[in-house]
Formats: sequence, C-alpha cells, structure tokens
Amino acid sequence: MTAAPAPKIDPAKMHPLKEYKHDSPLIGCRFDPSGQFVFAGAQDNNVVRWHLESGKKTLLTGHKSWVRALAFPAKERILFSADYAGRILAWLAGAEEPKPAYILDAHRGWVRALAVSPDGTTLASCGNDQLVKLWSIPDGKLIRELAGHVCHVYNVVFHPDGKHLISADLKGIVKVWDLAKGEAERELDAKILHKYDPSFQADIGGVRGMACNADGSLLACAGITNVSNAFAGVGNPLVVLFDWASGKQKHLLQPKVKFQGTAWGVIFHPDGFLVSVGGGNGGMLWFWKADDNKDFFSLKLPNNARDLALHPDGRRLAVPFFDGSVRTYSMEAPAAKSFGRHQGNSVAV
Amino acid sequence: MWCSYACGSSEHGISRRGFLAGAVGGALGALSLDAFNRPAFTRELAKQQKRVLMIWLHGGASQLETWDPKPGTKTGGPFQAIPTSVPGIHICELLPYTAKQMHRLAVVRGLNTAEDDHGKGAYIMHTGRRQEPAMKWPHLGSVCAKLLGDGDNPLPGYIHITPRGNGGVSSEDAAFLGPRYASVALSDGHAPANLDRPAGLTENADHQRHTFRIHADERFLRSRRTAQTEAYTQSYDQAAQLMRKHDLFDIAKEPPAVVDRYGRHDFGRHCLMARRLLEGGATFVKVAHSNYDTHHENFDFHIEQLGEFDRPFATLLDELDDRGLLSSTLVLVASEFGRTPKINRNYGRDHWSRAWSIALAGCGIKGGVVSGKTNAEGTAVTDGQVHGGHLFHTYLSALGFSSKKNFYIDQRPIPIADPKASPIKEVLA
Repeated sequence: MTAAPAPKIDPAKMHPLKEYKHDSPLIGCRFDPSGQFVFAGAQDNNVVRWHLESGKKTLLTGHKSWVRALAFPAKERILFSADYAGRILAWLAGAEEPKPAYILDAHRGWVRALAVSPDGTTLASCGNDQLVKLWSIPDGKLIRELAGHVCHVYNVVFHPDGKHLISADLKGIVKVWDLAKGEAERELDAKILHKYDPSFQADIGGVRGMACNADGSLLACAGITNVSNAFAGVGNPLVVLFDWASGKQKHLLQPKVKFQGTAWGVIFHPDGFLVSVGGGNGGMLWFWKADDNKDFFSLKLPNNARDLALHPDGRRLAVPFFDGSVRTYSMEAPAAKSFGRHQGNSVAV
Repeated sequence: MWCSYACGSSEHGISRRGFLAGAVGGALGALSLDAFNRPAFTRELAKQQKRVLMIWLHGGASQLETWDPKPGTKTGGPFQAIPTSVPGIHICELLPYTAKQMHRLAVVRGLNTAEDDHGKGAYIMHTGRRQEPAMKWPHLGSVCAKLLGDGDNPLPGYIHITPRGNGGVSSEDAAFLGPRYASVALSDGHAPANLDRPAGLTENADHQRHTFRIHADERFLRSRRTAQTEAYTQSYDQAAQLMRKHDLFDIAKEPPAVVDRYGRHDFGRHCLMARRLLEGGATFVKVAHSNYDTHHENFDFHIEQLGEFDRPFATLLDELDDRGLLSSTLVLVASEFGRTPKINRNYGRDHWSRAWSIALAGCGIKGGVVSGKTNAEGTAVTDGQVHGGHLFHTYLSALGFSSKKNFYIDQRPIPIADPKASPIKEVLA
C-alpha cells in the first residue's frame, strides 16, 4: 500500500491551526530544524519554547532585554537568540531545560538580526552600533567586523551561494559583502523603506524583514513606505524585490487592499511565492508571486503581527503577536476533523 | 485678562522694528510689582544676574526612557538603567552623558499634571496653571523676563530657539505682562531678521540719520516729554546695541572643536546658540527639541531623539559651569507630559500625565537629588506628588524670589504662582 500523496500547498486554503499563549507581547519567532518546536522572543526578556504537538511551554531565561532575533543552523538544534542589550545567547534548543551554552557580548546597543551561514559554521549579527559581525559557531569567537553602515543595521542574511552576506539598515541601504575579502562589494537601493519625517524630525522605516530565495536569484526587503505621519505609524507595508544578478529592483510588492502598518517579516516559500506579515492597524498575511506586484491572497489576522516563520515541512507558518500568542497556520485544505483542545498552553483555533 | 497697554499686534515679524514696537509698548505699561520694584531689582541685579535655560522636549518625552527607568518590568521597555555620577541614582541608558551630570541635576519623579492634551499640558508646564476661560497666565519665560530682565538689555527677555517655523513674536505668551515680555522665536536658531544694517546704507549715513533723529527727539522732548517718548528714544538705543551684538547669533565664531562637542545637528547648534546668548546676557532662553510624541515606535524614536539630546545637553551644563554661569542659571528640562507606562501594539507609548518626571539644574537647585517616587511599573506616584503649580513655585524660589508674591495690575493683586501650591523643597539648594 502506497502512502497518500501529501496535500498540495495552497495559500488560498490557509487556515489557523493552534494558538500558543504567553503573558507578554511577542516580537520574533522561528521553528527549530526538527520541526518539533516553535520559539518566540518576548518583551519580558524571555525566549519561549512550545512543543508544537503537546503545547508544552518552556521558558529560556537569561536575556537582559527584549528578544527579536532568533536563528538556527539548517541542520542543528542550536538556537541563537539576541537581545536589545547587545547580547547573543546560544542554546541547545532540544534540552529539557535549555541553558545558555555561551553568551556573546556582541554589540553596543540592540542586536537587530541574526543569520546562520548555509554551511552552518558562521553566525552573523547586526545592530545599532552600525556594525555587522561574524562569529564562529563552534566556539563563539569573533571572526570579523564589517563596518560601513552609517546608521542602525536592521537586518542580515547570508546569500545561498555562501560567499556573500547581505546587510540592510534603517535608511534602506542594502550592502552586499564579499565574505572572502570582508569588503562591501556593492549596494542595493531600498531607500523607499525609509523616510526622514521633517514634521517630527526623525527617521522612520528600515529593512524590518529580509530573505533570499533558495537559488539566490531574488532578494526581498520588507518594511514601511508612504509614511505621512511617523509618530502615528501612518504608512503602508511594502516588500522590495531585487534581482540579485543586476541588483535592480524587480517589483514593489504591495497589498492589494490598503493596509496601515509595517511589513515586519518576509519569507520565500520553496514553491516560489513570497509571504509577508504586517502589523499596525491590525495584522495581515500577504502572498505574492515573484512576477506580480499585487498579492494573490491575503489573510486578516486577529492581532498585530510582528514576525513570520516557515515550518521545515513548508506547510505551516508561525506568527508571533502583540497579544502574547504564537499562532500557527496551515497552507493546506483543512482536515475534515477539527483539532481538539490541547493541554498546556496551546489551543486549537 | 489682557494687558492694558499692549500694542495689540501678536503677529509682527521678528525684526529690529519688531523689537522697537515691543519696547515702546512695554514702556507704556501701568504694571507694577510690589516685591520687584525697579530700584530694588536693579540692586539685586548688580549683585548677580540670574538667567534661565529651558530645554523643551516637544511632544512629551517618555519618563521611562529618561529620568525614571523601570527595567525588567512589564512597562519598562527594552532599555537598561545605568548608574550616574551620584551613587544610587539611575537613569535610562539612552542618557550616558547626562548620567555623568547627575551631581548637578535634581530629578522630580512625582509629577502628576493630570492633563494629557498637548496644548493644555504645555500651558501647565509653561505657566504653572491650568487654562482658565477668564484668565491668561504668562509663561515662565515672560515672568522671568519681567522679574530678571534688565531694561538696558538689548536682547529680548524671552528667547525661544525653535527647530523650524517662521520666527516671530508671540505676545500671548506674556499675557497681562504685555508684549515687552513676549517670547521672540529664533527659527532654527537664526538671528532676527534685519539685524544687520541694510547693504545700501553706509555706516556714515546711518550715523547721520541716527544723529538727526536724536536732534529731532531732543527738540520734541523739550516740550512734550512723557514716558512714552522716552521709551521710544530708548528703544532705538537698544536696537543699536542689539545690532552690535549680532555676533551672538553666529555660532561660526566658535572653534570647530566646540561645535563638534555640541554636535553638528540642529539641537547641538541650538544648544550652542543658547550658551552664547546666555553668556551674552540673555535672561531666558528656551531651546525646543522635536519630537517625542511617539505613539508608534517609541523606542526607536527615543534612541534617535535622546541620542541627539544627551551630549549637547551635558556639554551645555559643562560649559555653563566652566564659565561660572551655571550657579546663576536655572536649567530645566521639561515636556508637556510623559508617556504611558503601557506599551501599545505599535511599540508606542501614548500621552501620560499621571506619573512622570522632569529635571532641573543650576541656580538654586540642589544637585544629585531625586524628589518623588513612582510605583514599580511607573503607573502612579507613590511619594512626593507635585503638579505644575509646585514646579512654578520651585523655579521662582530657585531664582531667589518669594513665589508667594503678587503682580499688581491696576492695583489688583495677581499671585505670581498658584497660591494653592508651594516650592519642592527637596530640590532647592
């Protein structure tokens, strides 16, 4: 007897799966590579781990400030989490009661983002000290500092070729670094995601989410644009899609239905479409094809969303919310039988 | 209540002519002070000129990201508290330079102004009173211009350095004190318009014109000498003195290293301008820093705004002290209100006046002290609660005046400060 073919992934069939509750607003999340757990960074300085099936909740304590940046090597259950006090903590993510394996005093001020190299040996971090740093994962030693940004560095990702690192800042400057030389090779222009608001005399924007597609031919940068009132957050989410080879903007991906807020995260699905999550005046998920600047599907979320993660099975998404929940969503048609209520801290939704 | 002698114009542009009009108008007044009559005041000035610097964090700076941090609590936000130059007193990590000035600062953490509207909150913080339908109260700047000002000082008594705008005179700020004590705005720290002699007018021609006017005035005064005509004549002399002081408005006269210490951004330039003006004899200088109304992204915006505020402010305190001016200059850092302890869904903080903070330094202020206390999450004052009226009394007391005295308008006593309040003794030297 052969196994039934897996259901086709179809964002239009998107539906909520489970809700995992914490008592503090959540600002970042990631699945572990085994797909057993979802981890979220919280405004109470904790990292929270939930077992997806049982809903068992475990607190990873040790940070001194809010945690937004979370990253895993592709094949290992080592969690790197970073806080707004400038520290990076490495955890054995599957341990019964995870403790920090090592702690890095990584940046002066906020660590904004983390990324792990495709070969799993190097961790990249960036922060408000305008620096990008490379760390050896086995021993936590600093490999190199990459200086050149002139404002807070908001995001960092490795290119799938393993030879380039991409960093992006508050003002929408995207730098492509040659890792062998440790030099900035070129810049991409995502300045549309930044504005200096003369009324409030302050900068708003920045590259809040960033991702490459699997073959490295596309780069997506997410944030806010069209800002008319910085201090009320009046603007619209936008994903800037770059052609990697030319470095030119390929598409400006916008919601079909106008939304006020920021695109806080963006991912490429292995099937080729992009997903972004927005928070501001509520929460939304949007789905785009790489060749169309209007979303082909969107889903209204129950609260302000802050980040987005794709499960290793490619079928589930996790979204952390202001209301302290991580909610998971399926991109398949709902099963005929509904999920029951789980013990612990998760419920079917 | 309106000023019985005002020129009535609130919108004249800032210019020499504007100063002249204000000076003439002011001299026409029937206002008198029981405790601050001119001879006594002149004697006091002879001992030591006192002055005021007000730093206005426009929009409502967060007390939790400045003077009253609550790290590790639900409301505390992501920032840490850092030690200061005074053991036991911590402020937010966004103010590392200011933290080194804590021995000069008094922090008032028990402020409850109970007013979450920008305009009404600003009114309280400038006048020490709530808005009243039948009474307009003068700003602290106008009160200080009146009480501390020198009639021979060519500089406006109440100078407001704004980040932008058109400049100009705001007579409303002076209320019943009259337009002579109105605030004069220097937009982006630029000098008043028409300060320099017109290009087409030679120095010799200007002198001849001035001499001719003096002759004409003298002839006129022989038969029609009045307070008004004297003031008119005096105002020209003041304008001439102001023209000679035009260098005060030019920070290019400062060594580049000094400009660098303040920072080459607007607020840095404006703080440097404030120091030059205070050193040059200004009575009251307000420097506005914009903007702190952070309903969205409170933390990112406070990093940016306080990153601008911190070093110039600390530098300004250092330089005032180095010049021997700090002990005679009252410094206050204020906003229209604070921001909510609760962090909203957009990482913002909203308006909050129930438990917030300001800082003071300089003349008459005891450095290195904290007055008042809020609860663990900063949602309420638990000790030493004060309001805007207490602050106004404190400012006057720090400057050496009895805050219980009255202004008299047409023989009617008007309490200078809210009679129901009193000075905050813990912060007074």
